[in-house]
Amino acid sequence: MPILGAMLTLTQDLHDRIVAHARADHPDEACGVVAGPAGSGRPERFVPMLNAARSPTFYEFDSGDLLKLYREMDDRDEEPVIIYHSHTATEAYPSRTDISYANEPGAHYVLVSTADTDGSGPFQFRSFRIVDGEVTEEEVEIVAAYGNVTTQ
Amino acid sequence: MAIEVRIPTILRTYTDGAKAVEGGGATLDELFKDLDSRHAGIRERLVDESGALRRFVNVYLNDEDVRFLDGLATALGDGDSVTILPAVAGGMV
Repeated sequence: MPILGAMLTLTQDLHDRIVAHARADHPDEACGVVAGPAGSGRPERFVPMLNAARSPTFYEFDSGDLLKLYREMDDRDEEPVIIYHSHTATEAYPSRTDISYANEPGAHYVLVSTADTDGSGPFQFRSFRIVDGEVTEEEVEIVAAYGNVTTQ
Repeated sequence: MAIEVRIPTILRTYTDGAKAVEGGGATLDELFKDLDSRHAGIRERLVDESGALRRFVNVYLNDEDVRFLDGLATALGDGDSVTILPAVAGGMV
């Protein structure tokens, strides 16, 4: 499967909402999705999810919420453009567990770390593609708005 | 007996890209065996070696997670809809 433009572009607002969610749920892992129009690759609709595991070392979308989310995206012709979660004590890099459960080859997997593990300060924000167990980090570009398409 | 089965992106390689397929069976277990007869390999992604539903695959009968019903023994009827969704999960280790 090709990597289409190894870059995640998202708005400052979405970036800040993901970080705020990670911060609010610390010391548990926070998780969620940013949905966007199917095929556009543009993250638009912020959907924070409940971590059913309520754990500092694990996250899992609640199964009922997951069904609701996918039905909703289906109805709106959306896909999960970003799937994000936080690591609370380790760096913002996909763990073995993250890789083995990564089932959306088209998604940007965003990791936020709420731990300062490498001296670069807390709230590292990094993005990856995870396809067939292979992790590729990509650049993150933060913009005020998407070109002339989005006006919020 | 026709049951609609909604297939997640990651498993559409088994269904030639189809988002939904039809199958039959009196139970979920039978349905998965029926699907496997036309979409070889798909059952293995849903059921483990011991014959249990895989931990990180969610299967819903209509709106209900089958874990809260009878798992693979869940009875199916004509017109039911089954949705398969891989868990969205991960962790630190």
